[in-house]
Amino acid sequence: MRVVAALSGGVDSAVAAARAVDAGHEVVGVHMALSRNRDQLRTGSRGCCSIEDAGDARRAADVLGIPFYVWDLSERFEDTVVADFFAEYAAGRTPNPCVRCNEHIKFEALLDKALALGFDAVCTGHYARIERGVDGSREIHRAADLVKDQSYVLAVIGPDRIARSMFPLGDVASKEDVRAEAAERGLGVSAKPDSYDICFVADGDTHGFLRARFGARPGDIVDAAGRVVGAHDGAYAYTVGQRKGLAIGHPAPDGKPRYVLAVQPVTNRVVVGSAAELAVGAIVADDLGWWCDDVVLPGAGEPGAEHLGWLACSAQVRAHGAAVSARARGLPGGRVRVEIDAAPGADRLRGVAPGQSLVLYGGTRVLGQATVSATERITATTGVRG
Amino acid sequence: MRSVAIEALTSELGNTGNASSLHAAGRAARRTVEEAREQLAAALGARPSEVVLTAGGTEADNLAVKGLFWGRRAQDPSRRRIVVSAVEHHAVLDPAFWMAGCAGAEVVLLPVDGEGRIDLDALAAELDASGPTVALISVMWANNEVGTVQPLDGVVALARRYGVPVHADAVQAIGQVPVDFAASGLDAMTVSGHKVGGPHGTGALLARRALALTPVLHGGGQERGVRSGTLDTPGARSFAVAVDAAVRERPAQAVRLAALRDDLIARVRADVPGSVLRGPDPTTGRSARGTVGPDSSGPGRLPGNAHFTFPGCEGDSLLYLLDSAGVQCSTGSACQAGVPQLSHVLLAMGVDVRDARGALRFSLGRTSTRGDVDELLAVLPGVVERARAAGLASAVR
Repeated sequence: MRVVAALSGGVDSAVAAARAVDAGHEVVGVHMALSRNRDQLRTGSRGCCSIEDAGDARRAADVLGIPFYVWDLSERFEDTVVADFFAEYAAGRTPNPCVRCNEHIKFEALLDKALALGFDAVCTGHYARIERGVDGSREIHRAADLVKDQSYVLAVIGPDRIARSMFPLGDVASKEDVRAEAAERGLGVSAKPDSYDICFVADGDTHGFLRARFGARPGDIVDAAGRVVGAHDGAYAYTVGQRKGLAIGHPAPDGKPRYVLAVQPVTNRVVVGSAAELAVGAIVADDLGWWCDDVVLPGAGEPGAEHLGWLACSAQVRAHGAAVSARARGLPGGRVRVEIDAAPGADRLRGVAPGQSLVLYGGTRVLGQATVSATERITATTGVRG
Repeated sequence: MRSVAIEALTSELGNTGNASSLHAAGRAARRTVEEAREQLAAALGARPSEVVLTAGGTEADNLAVKGLFWGRRAQDPSRRRIVVSAVEHHAVLDPAFWMAGCAGAEVVLLPVDGEGRIDLDALAAELDASGPTVALISVMWANNEVGTVQPLDGVVALARRYGVPVHADAVQAIGQVPVDFAASGLDAMTVSGHKVGGPHGTGALLARRALALTPVLHGGGQERGVRSGTLDTPGARSFAVAVDAAVRERPAQAVRLAALRDDLIARVRADVPGSVLRGPDPTTGRSARGTVGPDSSGPGRLPGNAHFTFPGCEGDSLLYLLDSAGVQCSTGSACQAGVPQLSHVLLAMGVDVRDARGALRFSLGRTSTRGDVDELLAVLPGVVERARAAGLASAVR
C-alpha cells in the first residue's frame, strides 16, 4: 500500500513509520504544520508544532530513507481545533483538543488529502489496535499496553476512516520497548521526552492562554444554594472537579475542601460544593457515533423507548482515567444516556464536565463515542435504577 | 557541478598553502586565487581589484546592503533610507529590514507591476522626494522566481542624479543574459557559484574601488579589508572556471533554452486547464525575445525560466506528485520548519493569496533537454488534476 506516515517529530510516530516500511509499504513521511505563527510555538522538545519537531521528523525520515514533506494544515487546525477550544471554554464546557484534532485534522484533513493524492492509508504512532470485526468492518481496540492506550482519543473516528488507518504500535508491550526499538534503528528521537500538554498552549499554561484571549471577567463563586462564597476573575478558568485556585474566603460549614461543581457562563458564576457532590450517577451525551452494527444500543433513535433494555458496557470520560461499569441506552436526536454502576464497591466517576468525550467500550473494543452534555448526581438517579 | 569546475576544485584540494602566507606554498595559492579573480573579472566585465570573494550570494548581498548603508551614512548621516524592490531575494530584503530594526535604517519597497517589473516612475518619485536621504538602492538583475529582468539602466540613471550607490543581485542572471559590470553602471553586484555549475558556498561581490563599503566580517584584513577570512583557494578557482564557462556558453545556450522554454509554456497552457503564466510572457510582444539578443539589458525574462500558478492546487501537493513521477521542481521557498511559504514575489505582483499557493517554477538549464519537457508534460496534467482534488479535500470548509 501507499502510506502517509504522520511524523510528529516524536519517537512513537517514527517507530510506527519504520514498522510500516518494514511491512513492505511504500511510505512517505508527512509532518503537519499546525500553527502559522511560528513565534507562538514552544521551542522545547515537547508538543507537535515546533521547528525542532519538524527537524526531528525530517531526520527520522532521513534515517528511514523515505521522502518527507511538511503539509501546512494550520488554517484548518485554527478553524477547528483552536476555535472549538475557545468556544467550549467560553460556553463553560471542558473540551478535549486532542480528540478534535484526531477528528478534524489527522483523520479528516490529513487523511482526505492523502487519499486524494493517491495514498491508501495514514499511519500514526497511536497506541491502539485495529481489528477486523465479524462483518469485516474495522474495530478500534485498546492497545496491548494499557498504560499508553489511546483508544479513548481515537474513538471519535468511524470505521470507514479507521479502515484507512494504521497503528503499528498497538501491540507493543510498553513505551520502553518502543524507545529501545528506536535506538536500535538509529532514530535520534529515541530518548525524546513524551508530550503531555496541549500542543498549541505554550508552557502548558492553559489558564494563561485563555486569559490572554478572554481577559478578566470577574464574577461570583457560589455554593449549591446560591450563596456567594468567593470571587473569580473569569469562569473560563474553572473546570468541573477542580479544587486548586478557588479563592474562597470562608471555610465551608463542614470544614471540608470545596470543588467546582459547575461553570455557568451566562450568569458568570462558578458553583462549588463538596467532594460527595461530584460523584456522577448518569451522563447524557450528544453527537453519538455508534460504530458497531453487531451490537444494538437499545432505544437509539426511537422516541419513548423506555420499555427497551439497556446495554451493559463500560464508560470512560478522560484520556487517562479508568473506565467504569455502566449501562447505556439511546435517546432521540443522536444522544445517549449512560448510568454508572452504583453497586457497592464499583468504581465511581467524579467531576465529569460537559464537553468531555464519553467513550463506551465492550471489553477492549470501542463501541461508540459522544460528547457529554449533562450529568446527574448519584443521589438523583437512584429512583430510576432497576 | 560542471565537470570543469569539479576538476578545478579537486585538483586544488591537495594544495595546503594559505593565500595570505608568504612562503612558497602560500605564494602558489595566492597566484591561483589572483588568476581566479582575473578570470572572474574578465568574464563579468569588471576589474580584478573590484572582485571581493565571499562564501556565496547571501554573504555578498549582506555585505552590499549593510556595507553600503554604513559606508554611505558615515559620509552623510542624513542618508538612512534603503530602497529595495518588493521582489528582492530574502538575502537582500532581510538584511534591509534587519538594518531598519537594528541600525536606524528606513526601508522603502519599490512596487512592481503584474509581471514583477519595478515601477521606475515610483523610483523617480521616491528619489525626487527624498533622494538626498537615500543610502543605497538594491534591485536584482533578474528575479529568481518569475524570471523578470529588471530595467537596471533606468535605475542607475535615476540614482546617479542623487549620488546614490546601486547594488544588483545578479545571481540569476549570469549565464542567462549578458552581464557586464562596467557597462551596467552599477556600483556593486552579487554573483554566486552554485547557480552556474560551480561549488556551493562560493560567490563574490563586485564593488567599485571608490565605493564606501564598510566591512561586515572583521579579522585578518583579506579582500582589501572588506571581507576578512582565509581565502578558499580551491573554491575560488572552481567558481571562476564555472562562471567563465557559463558566460562563454551563454549566447548559444540562451537561444536553445528560450526555445525550449517557449515550447514548455505553450504546451502547459494547452494541456493544463486553468494554468496561469506568471511573469513576462515571452511568446507575445516586447519582452521575451529581447533576452536572447545582444542588447537584452532591458525588460524581459530569463530564457530558462517558466513560472505558473495552478489555482486550486497546493504547492506541496504538486511537489510531491511531480517528485513521485520523477520530476524535480520548486514551489518557491520554505520556512525553517519546511512549510511552503507564500511567495512575496507573487503577492507583490498582485497575485491572489489562494492562487499563490499553487505556484511552480520550472528552471531549464544547460542539462535540460526536449525529453525533459516531454516527460514533464506527460505527467503534469494528471498531477494538477490530482492536486486540485487534494486541495479541495484539505481546504478550510
